[in-house]
Amino acid sequence: MQATPRHAMNAGWILVLPFLVLVGALFIGPIFNIMWLSVSDPAPGLGNYAELFTSDSLGKILWTTLRVCVICTAISVLLGYSIAYAMVHAADSARNKMLGLLLVSFWISVLVRTFSWLMLLGRSGVVNSGLEALGIISQPIAFMRNELGVLIGMVHYMVPYAVLPILASMQSIDGRVVQASRSLGATGTQTFIRVYLPLTRAGLVAAALLVFIINLGFYVVPAVLGGGKVLMVAEYISVQVLVTLQWGTAAMLAALLLFGVLALLFIMSRFMKLSTVFGGAKA
Amino acid sequence: MKPGLFARLNSGLSWVLLVLLIAPALVAIPVSLTPKRFLSFPTDELSLQYYRELFGSPEWMSSFWQSTVIGVASTLLATTIGTLCAIGLWRVSSKAGEVVRAILLLPLVIPPIIAAMAFYRLFVPLGLIDSYPGLILAHTVLSAPLVLITVSASLAGFDPRLEQASRNLGASNWTTMHRVILPGIMPGVLAGAVFAFISSWDEIVVTLFLSKFSVYTLPRRMWNGIRENTDPTVAAAAVVLMFVTLVAFSIWALAARRKRTTD
Repeated sequence: MQATPRHAMNAGWILVLPFLVLVGALFIGPIFNIMWLSVSDPAPGLGNYAELFTSDSLGKILWTTLRVCVICTAISVLLGYSIAYAMVHAADSARNKMLGLLLVSFWISVLVRTFSWLMLLGRSGVVNSGLEALGIISQPIAFMRNELGVLIGMVHYMVPYAVLPILASMQSIDGRVVQASRSLGATGTQTFIRVYLPLTRAGLVAAALLVFIINLGFYVVPAVLGGGKVLMVAEYISVQVLVTLQWGTAAMLAALLLFGVLALLFIMSRFMKLSTVFGGAKA
Repeated sequence: MKPGLFARLNSGLSWVLLVLLIAPALVAIPVSLTPKRFLSFPTDELSLQYYRELFGSPEWMSSFWQSTVIGVASTLLATTIGTLCAIGLWRVSSKAGEVVRAILLLPLVIPPIIAAMAFYRLFVPLGLIDSYPGLILAHTVLSAPLVLITVSASLAGFDPRLEQASRNLGASNWTTMHRVILPGIMPGVLAGAVFAFISSWDEIVVTLFLSKFSVYTLPRRMWNGIRENTDPTVAAAAVVLMFVTLVAFSIWALAARRKRTTD
């Protein structure tokens, strides 16, 4: 990876260098520093990691994080699949409108959306008063300060991320395969389950992993809609760093999170390139 | 083939879902127009008092200004290094180049909370906490991968023979870059710049760690407002924040449409 400007073939490396140096110095290097901190602060050794087995609160936080992430991923991918399917099978103009809605929601600030959910989901919020007015419920449902509210906010944020990889894989399917299956006598359902679904497997796996990865480190939604009752890893790390100043524990959790994310990214890269995942939407 | 019942149901459901993806965010609009003294929906009349309060408040105005400065500066930096890097990797086009590309995309997928810790540890001894350079650099690292992706996508459709032709006709490296490559990939550069700006304009997690008193961006001030959950001025700020994002997004959408129609 050395830059060798004398060879014309490698002249491109000079252009790569500024970005590479910036990411190396400001991002990768300091992340290694955090990893180091997890085995050196407050005392050298694996003490921070041993806490995982001794501390009830850490176990509870990790369990909450995993549970919420798995549920959120399952729902987001299901909804994402349905939207992507509708988009691929829509007429051009309708598809462009759908893509527009999807991308706008993709880019609306997570902070604004979380704030809005706060207005909608409160005890006297729009959702509760609407349901009461319709006579569906007699008492307000507690949406906030519990996992239900966190899940609503997270799924709402994650659906576009789920749609994009699935859409990419559906777009690459040759429509004639489906026709062939139908003309050979398979029913619509059989064709979907035996032909279409397996062909979108790469997109499904990539979507699930991408959504899961982003969920694992999600901070804003659990912190605001969970109201301190749904403590997930990212919020716990921030409390350790900014309030109780326990860098060792925070670094240990960050290391766990990082290894989890990198492992999942590696698996994901076998199904779909990261630039394909984002490329469909952002380019 | 006529769409079956299931496909039509699914299509209807998807439209509902897509509208639901946007609609909740719009709730901030009525709330910002409430005449009441607490966060609520207006019942009888609408009032612009919280917009007056927002635009009359030196704190909120300074946050706007700071977010704009940080957004514009990090966008310029990210667009420059991201574009150069994309061109470089396109020229190199080797296995090592793909490894480097994967590394450079990491800031997009590594949880922002980890990035926040890393920046914080690095910036404290350098005196960059609570400073413009600190936040600008951090936002540049987080948004340059977006530029790398969009410019690389443009380059994928760019004919490398154009570059060779320019060289063969005697153009220098600089002239080729400036007059041949850049105009060809301009849509990707513009898209990258728009997305880089939006991502800095919205950024909250890293900002929570890096800003204290003197640099206090718009999302940072909104965060406090949301935690306190009382003052309707936050709703007005949310509307303005969203509005700026939508304006930036429309710039990209219009440019992308123009390109589609000219192609």
